Amino acid sequence: MEISTSQFKHCDVIKVTGRIDSATSPQLAEAINRINDQGRYKLVIDFTDVNFISSAGLRVLIATLKNCRRYNRGDLVLAGMQENIHSVFDLAGFTSIFKIHDDVLSAVGSF
Amino acid sequence: MALRTFPGNFESLAEIAEFIRLEGKEAGLSNKEIFELETAVDEAVSNIIEHAYGGEGLGEINLICKPIADGIEVILEDFGQPFDPSCVAAPDLSIQLENRKNHGLGYYLMCQLTDVVHFEFSDSQNRLTLIKRKK
Repeated sequence: MEISTSQFKHCDVIKVTGRIDSATSPQLAEAINRINDQGRYKLVIDFTDVNFISSAGLRVLIATLKNCRRYNRGDLVLAGMQENIHSVFDLAGFTSIFKIHDDVLSAVGSF
Repeated sequence: MALRTFPGNFESLAEIAEFIRLEGKEAGLSNKEIFELETAVDEAVSNIIEHAYGGEGLGEINLICKPIADGIEVILEDFGQPFDPSCVAAPDLSIQLENRKNHGLGYYLMCQLTDVVHFEFSDSQNRLTLIKRKK
């Protein structure tokens, strides 16, 4: 898995490439924590090049969502999800909890 | 039939996924079915490492893939503590975000994404059989 982050005026974008599983999800959690530690809680995760996610990855996302929305200080928005990944979110009941945008531009624009 | 043994580390997951994709394709599963099986096996292997072995680098996992008439059977063998799935409460997907637990999804996904999930425990080993049928 590869992670790159970009800071925009109203939010931070985290681009993930590859698999989010038990081996790699700690890296994603660390990248998110680094941004949160600087007091920034408006996040977009770009899923365009994510080809796999397991419950370990879903756990990181749900913990992040709870943390970002606490005190109404921000949100976690997801973008560019492939169909297979979307079906896992659906099965886990996550599609009603997360804001999921078709592309990064509209996700960034939502903040 | 194909048998591979993997170290019980999370680093093995990507290689296991490749093995499952290859065997799923051989068995004639669609891309969606292969993805679903890959997810179920990933959850099963993660559970073995986390719960049966209680951590990484503490044992090996055997994976056996057998094509069957209408799909594929995947058997996972480990030599750790028995992991009893009946102890796992199904997650409540309808409850509010604040009350949702961060755990409990793995076994649920495994059951949703395959047609058969069967555990057998003996003194020396644990055996989990997953069957994925072609639609």
